[in-house]
Amino acid sequence: MLHMVNKSPFTSSALDEAARIAAKGSPILLIEDGVYAARAGTSYEPKLAEIMKDHPVYALAPDLKARAVGKMTDGVTQVDYAGFVDLVEKDKIHSWL
Amino acid sequence: MDEEMEVNQNVKKVMFVMRKAPHGSIYSYEGLETVLITAAYEQDMTMVFVGDGVFALVKGQDTTEIGIKGFIKTYGALEHYDVEKIYVDRVSMEERGLTVDDFAIDVEVKEAEEIAALMEEQHATIPY
Repeated sequence: MLHMVNKSPFTSSALDEAARIAAKGSPILLIEDGVYAARAGTSYEPKLAEIMKDHPVYALAPDLKARAVGKMTDGVTQVDYAGFVDLVEKDKIHSWL
Repeated sequence: MDEEMEVNQNVKKVMFVMRKAPHGSIYSYEGLETVLITAAYEQDMTMVFVGDGVFALVKGQDTTEIGIKGFIKTYGALEHYDVEKIYVDRVSMEERGLTVDDFAIDVEVKEAEEIAALMEEQHATIPY
């Protein structure tokens, strides 16, 4: 199952809860304000590094670009809209709103 | 194929993932309403309460002075709609200083791994 998060980890526990509940190995896709979790050098970076031990993490490139997220935490994979579609059609989805 | 078998094949496993506190937004109430509506179609329903969602189940909520109709009593209707799989994430409950004795209805406490496995076996998971 693909887990999608669209909230900043600085205002919402959505990503924390998604990462804790999601089955080990399930991918997490950051979209909209969720992409702020991917920014390098933030207080969330160590947490994201922990999350990536259990889950591959993807971030939507147009959302990163729109928010000038810049350098990302190592290990996060950028996807474009086509990559987004590839992820979504592979499996079931749950959105952590 | 007889009619009953056709009906059974239409039963989907649907899980509602409840993550919002009860009165700060409409999500929690709408989620409960949607569960009851969906249950009326005799689907295989599961509710799981994660994060602030667990606050929705706390007994003793009195909304008279905030001018809205509370819905804690509505949870009592779930069993009449055969919604019996009602689960609470243990970590979310404990983080918030709650125990099962604080809840208005009977729930089963689950570990994150158990919730993950349940999510994987659903036809659909609905976030609220």
